Amino acid sequence: MNIIEIKGVTKIYDQKTMPVYALNGIDLTFQEGEFASIVGPSGSGKTTLLNILGGLDDPTEGVVMIDGIDITSLSESKKTLFRMRNIGFVFQSFNLIPVLTVAENIEFIMQLQGISKEIREKRTTELIEAVGLADKRNSRPNKLSGGQQQRVAVARALASKPKFILADEPTANLDSKSAENLLDIMGKLNKEENITFIFSTHDIRVMNKAKRIITIEDGKVIEDALK
Amino acid sequence: MLWSLSWKNVWRNKLRSIVVIIAVTLGVFAAVFLLAFMNGMVESRIQTVIRTELSHIQIHEPGFQENNDFSLRIQNADSIVRVVSQTNHVKAVCKRIVISSLVASAETNTGVKIIGIVPEAERTVTNISTKMIDGAYFEIDQKNSVVIGKKLAEKLKVSLHKKIIITLQDIHMNITSGAFRVVGIYETDNNMYDESTLFVRYNDLCMLTGMSNTEAHEIAIIVDKDENSEPVKKVLQNDFKKLEVQYWMELSPEAGYLVSSMGQYMTIFILIILLALCFGIINTMLMVVLERVKEIGMLMAVGMSKRRVFFMIMLETVYLTITGGMIGLVIGYLISKHLERVGLDLYFWKEAYESIGYSSLIYPKIDLQMVATTTLMVILTGILSAIYPALKALKLNPSEATRTE
Repeated sequence: MNIIEIKGVTKIYDQKTMPVYALNGIDLTFQEGEFASIVGPSGSGKTTLLNILGGLDDPTEGVVMIDGIDITSLSESKKTLFRMRNIGFVFQSFNLIPVLTVAENIEFIMQLQGISKEIREKRTTELIEAVGLADKRNSRPNKLSGGQQQRVAVARALASKPKFILADEPTANLDSKSAENLLDIMGKLNKEENITFIFSTHDIRVMNKAKRIITIEDGKVIEDALK
Repeated sequence: MLWSLSWKNVWRNKLRSIVVIIAVTLGVFAAVFLLAFMNGMVESRIQTVIRTELSHIQIHEPGFQENNDFSLRIQNADSIVRVVSQTNHVKAVCKRIVISSLVASAETNTGVKIIGIVPEAERTVTNISTKMIDGAYFEIDQKNSVVIGKKLAEKLKVSLHKKIIITLQDIHMNITSGAFRVVGIYETDNNMYDESTLFVRYNDLCMLTGMSNTEAHEIAIIVDKDENSEPVKKVLQNDFKKLEVQYWMELSPEAGYLVSSMGQYMTIFILIILLALCFGIINTMLMVVLERVKEIGMLMAVGMSKRRVFFMIMLETVYLTITGGMIGLVIGYLISKHLERVGLDLYFWKEAYESIGYSSLIYPKIDLQMVATTTLMVILTGILSAIYPALKALKLNPSEATRTE
């Protein structure tokens, strides 16, 4: 089942002065449970594509359907709400809230959604154990390594049981071992929770783990291959 | 959730938050203390006007106040005193003769206001008897005694037991004079009053001027509470329609302006303090938003609504302001309350204060309404300070913000 469908997506910057086609007529679909990576050189449009998939940016042309809903037609506030309920994000530089503990960072998303305390606590414990950080539950991010922080970020992204997770260069700031560890956890969660993971990456290790590689160059998909 | 997150965010940079809190504390303390100080100063001046100089209410013949015309004398003063003393809320009453005249010593002479008093009754109305620094307040029944102010004594270069000559017009418009011996010297907080006012016995002045001892120029009245001045004045005006009854605010308009305008001046002053604090807080919170661009972008990306982001920034600002504000309020309140009891002696400015009629010993006066108003203004300052930084945060683009270095 297609959870994401994008048709004719184009993104043009500086339309009036010197138009730059960050994306040029992209057609893609993603199914439930996919583990896909979007690869390409710098400036190819990977991040722009990810931002459009995540509803953080609007295409100049084209349609983005997520679970049958055209998110480009939603208002700003409705998009925010949609993101909260349906999309998880993992950022390159972790972006954890430094004043909250590991558990609080994971719970935060569920609190935004108004989920009850009992359910929040149960889900938080599940995720902390799934990412192997049970002993760091009450630690703040400044007491964790880069790899541990990114694992918390993954757990946070999964907290609200989103339809899919967008990870923008998740291993860029990690050493090899941490990166491997993170990818194993994400692969495991992808299977167990059947959540779609879409990465934008330069990292060969991520590409090796991915089951589908979408190559973008100059804003166009030049290859879309299953492994 | 946002409440606790915002509180934790305030303490991210402890040093910066403490500096801001101290700034707010000092500002609010200054505002509260100054309010109490000015309140105390005004109260002290008003009490001096009432207790020393004027009393709460005075009764005169119409027109007497304009130029102290000697011929405008109240007839049957004693019966009026009796009626007034039986009026509700009246605590004490006395009659007076008031004459503008010349007083001379061996060294010099000057114009003064002579008040002819019945000392036993006068003692209950004004507190001059408690202001004696030399001699006594008509303790001995001695003819032609005079009590003068310290500044007048210095001007005339006289001391206790020395003679002065009082020259005035009698009831036949003839110039007459009498020698009076200084039996007492008083000092109030008002140098101008001390220099221009002296007291003699009512009977002595009647003898000198030829006035009947049932006449008076002025009937001075003290009521039980300051706030009863105007209501009692209205009652007495109704009882004595042919006479002019005025209460202290009418007798001394400048004292009335002091009361009404002081509130306005203090409000302006506090607004200036809070405005200065406001800019400081805005500056700090703008730094906070700029430092957290990435984090705020992340929060918006994962689904925190703009309303919540705005509220979070606003809460952090209000927390900072209220923390400093409450500490400043408490310190200001405690210090003002302590000084309300023991007084603040600005003796190094005694001469300056007394030259304009103020005591240099100030008893700051604080009340709960003052505290409540200041608290409200502090909270409003916090809320207003938050608006610009919070709006700045809302303008962030999540996709760009999350990629900020």
